[in-house]
Amino acid sequence: MSKHDLLIIGAGLAGLRAAVEGVRQGLSVAVITKVHPVRSHSNAAQGGINAALTDRGDDWKDHAFSTIKGSDYLADQDAVEIMCKEAGDALIELEHMGVIFSRDDEGKLGTRAFGGQKKARTFFVGAITGSAMLHVLYEQSVKYNLSIYEEWFVTKLVKIDGKCVGVIAIDMKTGKVESISAKSVVIATGGAGRVFEPSTNAIICTGDGLSLALRAGAELMDTEMIQYHPTTLAGNGILLSEAARGEGAYLINSENERFMEKYAPDYMELASRDVVSRSEQIEIDEGRGIDGCVLLDMRHLGKNFIEERLGYLQEVATEFMGIDLSEKPIPIKPGMHYIMGGIKTDFNGATSVPGLYAAGECANVSVHGANRLGANSLLDTVVFGRRSAVNSVEWVKSNEFIEIPDEILISEKNRFQSLFDKPSSGIRPGKIRLEMAEAMTKGIGVWRDEKSINNAWEKVKDIRSDYDNIYLDDKGKIYNTDLIGALELDFMIDVAESICAGAKARKESRGAHFRTDLKERDDKNWLKHTLVEKNDDGFIVKTSDVKITDWEPEERVY
Amino acid sequence: MKAVIDVKRFDPENNSKEYFQKYELDVDESSTILDALIKIREDLDGTLALRCSCRASICGSCGMRVNGSAKLVCKTRLVDISPEGEKVQVEPLGNMPVIKDLVVDMNPFWNKVKQVRPFMMPENTEPEGEYIASNESMTHLVDVMNCIMCGACVSDCTALEVDESFIGPAALAKAYRFVADPRDDKSKDRLKYLNKNSGVWDCTRCYACVEVCPKGVAPMERIMKMRDLAIEEGFKNTSGYRHTKSFVNSVGRLGRLDEAKLALTSVGFFNIFGLIDLAFVGLKALVRGKLPPILPHKAESSENIKKIVNKIEKKKV
Ligand SMILES: Cc1cc2nc3c(=O)[nH]c(=O)nc-3n(C[C@H](O)[C@H](O)[C@H](O)COP(=O)(O)OP(=O)(O)OC[C@H]3O[C@@H](n4cnc5c(N)ncnc54)[C@H](O)[C@@H]3O)c2cc1C
Ligand code: SF4
Ligand code: SF4
Ligand code: FES
Repeated sequence: MSKHDLLIIGAGLAGLRAAVEGVRQGLSVAVITKVHPVRSHSNAAQGGINAALTDRGDDWKDHAFSTIKGSDYLADQDAVEIMCKEAGDALIELEHMGVIFSRDDEGKLGTRAFGGQKKARTFFVGAITGSAMLHVLYEQSVKYNLSIYEEWFVTKLVKIDGKCVGVIAIDMKTGKVESISAKSVVIATGGAGRVFEPSTNAIICTGDGLSLALRAGAELMDTEMIQYHPTTLAGNGILLSEAARGEGAYLINSENERFMEKYAPDYMELASRDVVSRSEQIEIDEGRGIDGCVLLDMRHLGKNFIEERLGYLQEVATEFMGIDLSEKPIPIKPGMHYIMGGIKTDFNGATSVPGLYAAGECANVSVHGANRLGANSLLDTVVFGRRSAVNSVEWVKSNEFIEIPDEILISEKNRFQSLFDKPSSGIRPGKIRLEMAEAMTKGIGVWRDEKSINNAWEKVKDIRSDYDNIYLDDKGKIYNTDLIGALELDFMIDVAESICAGAKARKESRGAHFRTDLKERDDKNWLKHTLVEKNDDGFIVKTSDVKITDWEPEERVY
Repeated sequence: MKAVIDVKRFDPENNSKEYFQKYELDVDESSTILDALIKIREDLDGTLALRCSCRASICGSCGMRVNGSAKLVCKTRLVDISPEGEKVQVEPLGNMPVIKDLVVDMNPFWNKVKQVRPFMMPENTEPEGEYIASNESMTHLVDVMNCIMCGACVSDCTALEVDESFIGPAALAKAYRFVADPRDDKSKDRLKYLNKNSGVWDCTRCYACVEVCPKGVAPMERIMKMRDLAIEEGFKNTSGYRHTKSFVNSVGRLGRLDEAKLALTSVGFFNIFGLIDLAFVGLKALVRGKLPPILPHKAESSENIKKIVNKIEKKKV
């Protein structure tokens, strides 16, 4: 059995940043990931990363306030302060590692505007910021000769004496199932977009880490907070970055009106994402849309500008829609994009299970609260990825390795065997994944109410029982994506239920959680986090207080 | 719309040989080849193995050969490839061992990337803030950073097909990204390394990598640029450099190529082992009647050609 001081599940930005830190701190570190590191979904981030740099006359407090207001006051303000204060160093460090950020006329890093903030403080690389950052962090992993379990799929966290002591995982290339023991484990498994359909997320974003954590007894926080991004393509959900609006694109309806004037006269297209998505949905619902979409208009920006600053958007528009953005407005609509909720951690990445940490999109620190600002997620991954590794050092030093007993390994193997043994009269996993995901989008959408939430939850429960009747075509060991797909679906069902549980519990509207049956924010009763746990009785929801430091909740106007 | 997809299959566990399997299915008008493959996997045949993730040409997972040339299948729409519903052939990437069906072993690919020491190596202490560098000196590198490591170029590289040790287009493009980065202080060392065998001079300039790259990285152009930079740095003791030089001399002198001399000068007159190798090549060519004439004749319009070459050479200085 292999052993590591620190085992990180996930090789996206959060995982790799944690790994680099672990090595720098002198720990023996390994990363385990179901895809090659550069295939991680961090590569899809287009727009940029926020930081308030003092030498540019910016102030972290202003960034913090925008973040907190954006969160509809649900973010923990002590965590937001840390993120915004550390942003500058994190950004400069990335530049030193080799990220080629766009620059201004003086040769310093240049910025673009992003939603929910008056000051332009988003640093970027064309429209491939995430990819540029991820490839550079991968370069660092080569530099540090990091050990990486590449294309290994984690199926279980092992807990002994209340502590997390390692994982069970499948080596996808050979089909071998092994236990890997670790003194501390960081979950950095990213988002859960595939629980919805459509979504801007990749096919691998199945929320595995959330379910792994739940099953190990950790709490999930604010799971109901699902971000619908205002500008996604109708059919496949592919994203057109907020950078478009940051660079000056307009949103127009079928009457050629810049409708954001009505909803956010001050910020216009650059209001918070929840606000813009709701405004679009009202336009569409009231009949001023076109085939269920509104239009994103970039014609006035000019072809050269678009191709230089937003090249990837032009690529996506041409390839998938056959539209040249400099000639025609493109139909877009709100689409599921990001989970603000996730595994509850403190601002050092620690979860409620000793030895277990989490960072990145799967974690909830909470810095995004009820609505994340664009370009704050990349920042979250590097700041809290690093902190989770730093914080695990103490734990690693004061704990010994614990052997993982064979019984645990064998029972996991048996679980997989039972999937292979199912009769071929059953259902294909892909089919019920789609049914579940469509039900989730319908029930937990831009709008939701008691009934829609209940309907979605009922459907997910049905899917859970259908899961007993799935069957696998592929019974082989080597690169069996049929098996992996089924195991992912198993995780997704947990995630979907926990989202429904959170949504049902929160009896108010806040940020992305807009209930048409309870339209007001209720600070008296609901300035609170929801905490979801899974036990034998199902999904249990508790609440905890939100940490307020300097910024008392105010009415949110854009 | 009807789609007919002919997939090259290989299942190492059933010890089978490679074979083609034809799938017929209904897809949306807007479907990409990836959409069709996923549909096959979900509805028709769960044993089909492939890699895919982002669906948006950014993760680099879905490189495959479509009708013989490497592509990202998520970026390739069926209507564009087969407007009349013609059969589309999908195979795994070339120049890499197949693990199963459309999944190739990319380890050789990554090892080559690692070989070029793909990370920043600044010499001096880092500045407190960011490095100050003009936008022009940096933004052109973004075109190279566009590389998503999909392996399409490597799949179709003709030099790699005959010489596995060639570093190859993707890793060389990656190397260029550091050679040309004003923040990196090891350009010269890097060029020295890339100047060796298996490096920049092994590219045959077949252009395949430029043609198939789905992200406009143009690896061959980066390789050519590094050849120039290597020569500028004074690394001239390579067959590649001598080849170029001899090429220019020959054309400048004769108005045509003196192939026999070209081969000799490229290898180097003092490179005994190289010359012995070459002698074997020469013998083989002789047997097949393909040895270039020992005494070269001049081309008809040689005077004009010489003038052009000499003019270009002068301009360079
Ligand atoms: C289209 C798009 C555009 C975006 N643009 C921006 C932007 O401009 N700015 C911004 O700040 N944010 C943006 N975001 C959000 C941001 O990109 C993500 O939230 C962030 O990159 C997530 O990083 P991560 O490291 O947490 O996870 P990921 O990068 O998703 O990595 C997850 C890792 O976990 C591994 N993994 C998962 N499950 C398992 C398992 N069971 N076993 C083994 N390994 C596993 C995966 O292999 C992967 O390596 C965007 C998101 C999307 C979808
Ligand atoms: S141009 Fe050179 S690197 Fe590119 S495919 Fe041809 S031989 Fe390979
Ligand atoms: S250079 Fe182009 S084809 Fe080659 S790996 Fe990079 S993106 Fe793919
Ligand atoms: S699926 Fe990511 S590049 Fe095609």
